[in-house]
Amino acid sequence: MEQNHSTTHEHRDDTGSKLGMWIFIFTELLLFGGLFLVYAVFRAKYFEDFHIAAHQLNVFIGAVNTLLLLISSMTIAMSITAIQKNHKKFALLLLSITFFLAFIFLVNKYFEWGLKIHHHLYPGSDLVLTLTHGEIMFFGLYFFMTGLHAIHIIVGMTLIGYVMVQVKNDRINSGNFQHLENAGLYWHLVDLIWIFLFPLLYLIT
Amino acid sequence: MTSKTTALPPGSFFDQQGKYKGILGWLTSTDHKRIGIMYLMCILVFFLVGVTLGGIMKLELLRPGAQYMDAQTYNGMFTVHGIIMIFMVVIPGLSAVFGNFFLPIMIGAKDVAFPRLNLFSWYLFLLGSTIAVLSQFGGNGPDTGWTFYAPYAINSKTNVSTAVLAAFVLGFSSILTGLNFIVTVHRMRAKGMTWFKMPLFPWSLYATAWIQVLATPIVGITLLMVIAERTLRIGFFDPSLGGDPILYQHLFWIYSHPAVYIMILPAMGAVTEIIPTFCQRKVFGYQAIVLSSLAIAGVGYLVWGHHMFTSGMSDFSRMAFSFLTFIVAIPSAIKVFNWIATMYKGSILIKTPFLYTISFIFQFMIGGLTGLTLGALATDIHVHDTYYVVAHFHYIVFGGMGFAFFAAIHYWFPKMFGRMYDEKLGTVAWAIVFSGFTLLYFPMFILGLRGMPRRYFDYLPEYSSGHFISSIGAFVLIIGIILMVYNLVKAARTGELAPANPWNGRTLEWKVASPPPLENFDHDVEVTEHPYDYE
Ligand code: HEM
Ligand SMILES: [Cu+2]
Repeated sequence: MEQNHSTTHEHRDDTGSKLGMWIFIFTELLLFGGLFLVYAVFRAKYFEDFHIAAHQLNVFIGAVNTLLLLISSMTIAMSITAIQKNHKKFALLLLSITFFLAFIFLVNKYFEWGLKIHHHLYPGSDLVLTLTHGEIMFFGLYFFMTGLHAIHIIVGMTLIGYVMVQVKNDRINSGNFQHLENAGLYWHLVDLIWIFLFPLLYLIT
Repeated sequence: MTSKTTALPPGSFFDQQGKYKGILGWLTSTDHKRIGIMYLMCILVFFLVGVTLGGIMKLELLRPGAQYMDAQTYNGMFTVHGIIMIFMVVIPGLSAVFGNFFLPIMIGAKDVAFPRLNLFSWYLFLLGSTIAVLSQFGGNGPDTGWTFYAPYAINSKTNVSTAVLAAFVLGFSSILTGLNFIVTVHRMRAKGMTWFKMPLFPWSLYATAWIQVLATPIVGITLLMVIAERTLRIGFFDPSLGGDPILYQHLFWIYSHPAVYIMILPAMGAVTEIIPTFCQRKVFGYQAIVLSSLAIAGVGYLVWGHHMFTSGMSDFSRMAFSFLTFIVAIPSAIKVFNWIATMYKGSILIKTPFLYTISFIFQFMIGGLTGLTLGALATDIHVHDTYYVVAHFHYIVFGGMGFAFFAAIHYWFPKMFGRMYDEKLGTVAWAIVFSGFTLLYFPMFILGLRGMPRRYFDYLPEYSSGHFISSIGAFVLIIGIILMVYNLVKAARTGELAPANPWNGRTLEWKVASPPPLENFDHDVEVTEHPYDYE
């Protein structure tokens, strides 16, 4: 694809690139918006079951993960400032921290899910099918929402990895950092969605 | 090829561009014009497949009783027919083909804002379409209808998940195209092209792009939930698992009604280009047309409930949705009014594109007015899920969007391929297509009013004359379509060379060579005049 010079002119438009990212973020918000709507409908319908089922979630791990994401949002924002000030090494360090925090988030998630699955609390398991409709729904939503969110974490990590390479190669520098900013925007979105997921799933006991 | 065929002049985008020759050169090209033509090729093939399936169904319905297939085969057939026609033909339709090819040219740009993303969207489109085709093999093809209603879609033993996944991927492709077009319109307009100097086809693409971006994610997540429910038994929509089937319908139509406008708005936009050119008149009410596009995009978002009048909603919601449905008819009617007013006192050139255009208006009005029967609460109870609905949406999607597509392909053909088609053959094909269409679908209104339900492979004897006429119409229509496609394919290979501006159009695409050069314009464009300054 790269070699093709059908569009030979060097076209760089940072505002356009940012606008594109924002629109993409809208679509992501709407994607999760659909899920939040479904959550709202069933929470209203199965109020008590949700309440009971939520006791099974580990608030501590959830809170740690929230904290991790908040810090990572800060570090990626700081990396943009660092690049603007031409502190390449520091920016790379901050991006590595962001990446690392995202990774820890996934590790925590892995243990959280693993424990649930160990206790046979996953959609379709024999145990879950004996629960009430509302409890099944809660666990279904829990796995579906956090699963979809985890996929977004992985996409975000890919983006962060990509901008790290670009920073390293000086393709991203103080004069050209829109890709980094877009990755940052995306990462804030991933963070933001979690900020909603955490109370809706963990804190409704 | 005949010996008379002259080669296209050098320097057009058909010349080799990248390092690859031939088909690879196309598959790796980020040139918006090549991508538009690649969409055209795919969509043409899918359309012909869909038409064939429709023809086979009409063959089955020619006479009462089972002729060639059993009920299950018929169910599978209208499902694929619907999936292909909706997700693979009319939703990408005009915006992917003509939008890609002409949006940058008409706003004086060299390409879309994100050319590589554009090519990626095409590959996603191809991937989604391939998955849809695969859903037909290995086990049974899906039999739920293109709407995938719960709880049946949850419990059907056919390959529903594969088809749903296909729709999801196609939706993603559509989102990315929309995103690309929005940024293109915002950022790439030529110097001097203010918002209100932008031609009306780009305007309609812009309104459409917003719907694509804002509505598609909802159906995306809904389709993922269907897959999750089928594989993990999560029970979002199946009442036996504690879910809510009405919720599914809401989520589905929140997207799928606006999707109707994704189809029809670019069609209206194309027609709005053709009419001023063929009447050599300034378009009447430019601003009203722009605003009505935006109004359709906005209000169209809020009328989805009219698909659910009979499935259980409070009286108040039903009245609200009915009211809004009537409201959304107003901007559509404004457009019709503007088109007619543009023609008034024009020196009209009646050629193939114009013939398709006026039959578009005619059929769109029938489709729109019968839509009001369906949007009114009392009458909808009687005609819901009957052939009246089948007739109504074919009049809108096929008679409207389909015919506008035919108009547009004839209108822009000389520009896209640099050759002229045979006008006489084009007119004959139009006459056959138009009569076949009317014969095929008009009787369906009457069948529906008399109670013939949709989605059945058999019927009572009292409906046989209606179905018989309708089936004859289908065969006439198919002959017409074959003739039209033959004419265009022949012209693309051996037609006479086209001048840069065969119809004396005013918008920017007519100011560049046919076919356009690699980067559309040799120099930077500056726009001073209005796009439709004929007088
Ligand atoms: C020669 C052309 C066509 C013929 C003969 C044809 C015929 C039919 C028939 C017989 C049905 C099934 C009706 C029923 O049993 O309920 C049907 C359904 C349908 N058609 Fe077509 N059609 C044609 C073109 C189109 C086009 C161009 C579109 C869209 C742009 C389209 C969209 C649909 C849809 C969405 C359905 C509903 C499928 C469902 O119930 O799930 N058709 N068509
Ligand atoms: Cu609708």
